[in-house]
Amino acid sequence: MTDARINDFVVKFANVNGSGSASANGLFVKSILRMGVPVSARNIFPSNIQGLPTWYEVRVSEAGWLGRRGGVDLMVAMNPQTWAQDVKSIEPNQYLFYDTTKTLPPSAFREDIRIIGAPLTEICNKTYSDPRQRQLFKNIMYVGALAQILGIPTEIAEQLISEEFASKPKLIDANVNAFHLGRSWAEQNLAPLDFRLARADKVGDRIFVEGNSAAALGAVYGGATVCAWYPITPSTSLAEAFEKYCKKFRTDPDTKQNRFAIVQGEDEIASIGIVVGAGWNGARAFTCTSGPGVSLMQEFIGLSYFAEIPAVIFDVQRGGPSTGMPTRTQQSDILAAAYASHGDTKHPLLLPCDPGECFEFGALAFDLADRLQTMIFVMLDLDMGMNEWLTPPFKWDDAKKLDRGKVMTAAELEAGREFGRYLDVDGDGIPYRTLPGEHPTKGAYFTRGTSRDEYARYTEEGAAYMRNMQRLLKKFETAKSLIPKPIRRDAKRRTPYGVIYYGSTAPAMDEALAALEAQGRHIDALRIRGFPFEDSIADFIREHDPVFVVEQNRDAQLRKLLVNECEVHPARLVPVLHYEGAPITARFIVQEIAERMRAQEKLPHSEHAK
Amino acid sequence: MTYIAKPKFRHPDLEPNTRGFTRRDYEGKVSTLCAGCGHDSISAAIIQAVYELDLEPHRIAKLSGIGCSSKTPDYFLGLSHGFNSVHGRMPSVLTGANLANRDLIYLGVSGDGDSASIGFGQFAHSIRRAVNMVYIVENNGVYGLTKGQFSATSDKGSKSKRGVVNHDAPIDLVTLALDLGATYVARSFSGDKHQLVPLIKGAILHHGAAFIDCLSPCVAFNNHEGSTKAYDYIRNHNEAVNRLDVIEPRETIEIDHAPGTLEIVTQHDGSKLRLRKIHPEYDPSDRLDALAYLAERQSKGEIVTGLLYVDPGAQDLHDYQNTVAAPLNTLSDSQLVPGSSALEKINASLR
Ligand SMILES: Cc1ncc(C[n+]2csc(CCOP(=O)(O)OP(=O)(O)O)c2C)c(N)n1
Ligand code: SF4
Ligand SMILES: [Mg+2]
Repeated sequence: MTDARINDFVVKFANVNGSGSASANGLFVKSILRMGVPVSARNIFPSNIQGLPTWYEVRVSEAGWLGRRGGVDLMVAMNPQTWAQDVKSIEPNQYLFYDTTKTLPPSAFREDIRIIGAPLTEICNKTYSDPRQRQLFKNIMYVGALAQILGIPTEIAEQLISEEFASKPKLIDANVNAFHLGRSWAEQNLAPLDFRLARADKVGDRIFVEGNSAAALGAVYGGATVCAWYPITPSTSLAEAFEKYCKKFRTDPDTKQNRFAIVQGEDEIASIGIVVGAGWNGARAFTCTSGPGVSLMQEFIGLSYFAEIPAVIFDVQRGGPSTGMPTRTQQSDILAAAYASHGDTKHPLLLPCDPGECFEFGALAFDLADRLQTMIFVMLDLDMGMNEWLTPPFKWDDAKKLDRGKVMTAAELEAGREFGRYLDVDGDGIPYRTLPGEHPTKGAYFTRGTSRDEYARYTEEGAAYMRNMQRLLKKFETAKSLIPKPIRRDAKRRTPYGVIYYGSTAPAMDEALAALEAQGRHIDALRIRGFPFEDSIADFIREHDPVFVVEQNRDAQLRKLLVNECEVHPARLVPVLHYEGAPITARFIVQEIAERMRAQEKLPHSEHAK
Repeated sequence: MTYIAKPKFRHPDLEPNTRGFTRRDYEGKVSTLCAGCGHDSISAAIIQAVYELDLEPHRIAKLSGIGCSSKTPDYFLGLSHGFNSVHGRMPSVLTGANLANRDLIYLGVSGDGDSASIGFGQFAHSIRRAVNMVYIVENNGVYGLTKGQFSATSDKGSKSKRGVVNHDAPIDLVTLALDLGATYVARSFSGDKHQLVPLIKGAILHHGAAFIDCLSPCVAFNNHEGSTKAYDYIRNHNEAVNRLDVIEPRETIEIDHAPGTLEIVTQHDGSKLRLRKIHPEYDPSDRLDALAYLAERQSKGEIVTGLLYVDPGAQDLHDYQNTVAAPLNTLSDSQLVPGSSALEKINASLR
């Protein structure tokens, strides 16, 4: 054995859905994190519930690369149904781990991989009589075996097991025993691999959490009190997490009554209707959904824009169109969200890149909705929404006040302050609103989706309609200064090349940029965090040619939005598109960009430099 | 705030109520509906009911969908906030508004197209969720605003103005409301102010989902011979089961009817519904009997009106949600935001 590769490999677990593998796989990943070694882990699951394959892909990277790498160094093949494809996916000369209880013909394996295993079922059957226990402990047992051959310290795994079952102490010993059964079998029978784990100090204070859960917590911190939703993968766990956090933080300690209301609507139209009604009446309200739900909400989104009603939609994007690939990830609702509804409309979008930003933007969305009196979209996707990611810890400044926007009070009305619901008194395009019930005789108005004047009086007069539409544009201009600014990272050398990306592409892009730099390819990078685009984005595009726009959809949706809104020449923006449903990888980005750069370098200089 | 000045003329209605509001203070803009439209009479009945109940106008929120009927909230209660929302979606918007502030009175106005076709689902679900509201359908059997197409409440065999016969089975919203668990259900007729005003008052005082199906002829498209929603037809087939008087908690009741024909129902807030029975066998406290009675009478071509069902001890969505007493839209930052130390604990649990 030569030097083992330390803290740099990919393990993939192939399991049967519903077999209880999730907590065992979670134990594996958390143990590595406790060793101070960065990990990213992704669930890959089809849109069925029982008896069907699921995979859990774990990338260990001391360098801290959290995107998907692609390829498998150790396949833990626990699902006979997917055996053939699982064996096929292993990198040459790397490892297959399987349950050796049943002998398999040589044709079931590959010549060019290394095969290891443990008689898990046999040990289980010897040790346990209850069939459910046999199943569950088999999972913990393979974690024990892996811990042995990869070098997870026993005390870390034991500590995690006791934390996990703190409320059911009986299960602690049982799980620890199962772990040791696997571990000692491996100790006696298995040799170390080409790669292994070693303690490091690379995790820091980061936390490991799903984007949906983080966004839901953001909604709690953002003061949301009304949630109306309709179940749809991959957004459901956001509503569920909101309920969980509300029960913890929003129950009145004395009365045990709720400072929140959650309604499972009969569909997405009702859900957004409830949100708009609550927003109109001064409560912070949101829905969470995915592409098909956004399609159903179109009419209300236009109403929110035109009648200027605060509301928030968390769109956890999945593979479309239609039912598309409901359990796969994409960034394919960008245009549908930005220009949602009929007539001339556009809506602010927040584009978080990890669970940390899901929390931050999840809270910010409610301030923006109240400040701008319009629909705010927070665009997550399945990859960051439903997978636990290593992310900076959540931060909150206790000095911060929720920004309720321009709401005229009874005292102001009483003092004779002029109120025109659609009157731009401050020159920022944002009018004042009043809430129902505020004052017995002043400030009431009639809200409608129909054209009206500055004082909310119905009118179909062209000039009044246009004044209003122009004011809405001015308001959108104001939004630019409130949306999170893009983050620019310049290459070490001056370069004509630029790249724009956003959302869950970020971890793969971090790694790709480092790899490209190592190849001597220098690229300035800009991560966009929201729409409308602030002026520095157009400046970045003007300073570079070409600018690669990397995104996870077929139609280059962000690129189209940039061309449209920044009025830049489309030829400057070169699409790099990944939309097969699995998250984008650094390998893919490096290959695509390097190829285009090589092609560009071959062009006569004059053509390149324009 | 009234933007369109109306000609002022002296009228006995300028008498202020105990809150100091005159009947005029509860009016809205001048209606733009066709002269004689039933919907305008319903607006007048709403104004009368709110005036008689001495309610402050700003404690009421008016919500509607889209249609001639849904336009009417602009024509009453001009000092109340109103929301003319999306076709068929008033119930969801009202539900959200109600969740935000449980202290206001929510008046939902809809049409038969709005509630029985495009908004059929929202009608049903807002009722089964027990939203505390007054839900009035101004039922004319047609789409007035889009010029006279049949609606889903049109009776089988009813003839359109152009002579087309409707073959589709009608949807009876009252039967459905009963079935879905509405806790105050009435039917009335825009042309019978004496019946309608107390029914609206009772619905406003009711705690829970109150539904009123109010027949309201469309003079432009559905008031001809052969229509079952025309003024003459309704007058000739109207069978009131009872007459209602609403007595507010502070008023005392005088018993002025022979026992057996009078029933008094006390609601949540102490208000009393005094029912003078016209059909002595009809019992508005029994939902299943009400359903059977309606089915039987309707098969004979009668339009049964009156207070058809009431559960005076009903609960509402907030009771089921167990929400705090203070309106959610008044909670302060400190009641909403858990703060940085709680966040630190969450961070620690995620490592
Ligand atoms: C989504 C949508 N579809 C269609 C319409 C057109 N529309 C406006 S009102 C209406 C029917 C209204 O009928 P009803 O609710 O019975 O009201 P009425 O005018 O009879 O009082 C229709 C179809 C619309 N406004 N929105
Ligand atoms: S069209 Fe019919 S419903 Fe509409 S205003 Fe005229 S009479 Fe009333
Ligand atoms: Mg109608």
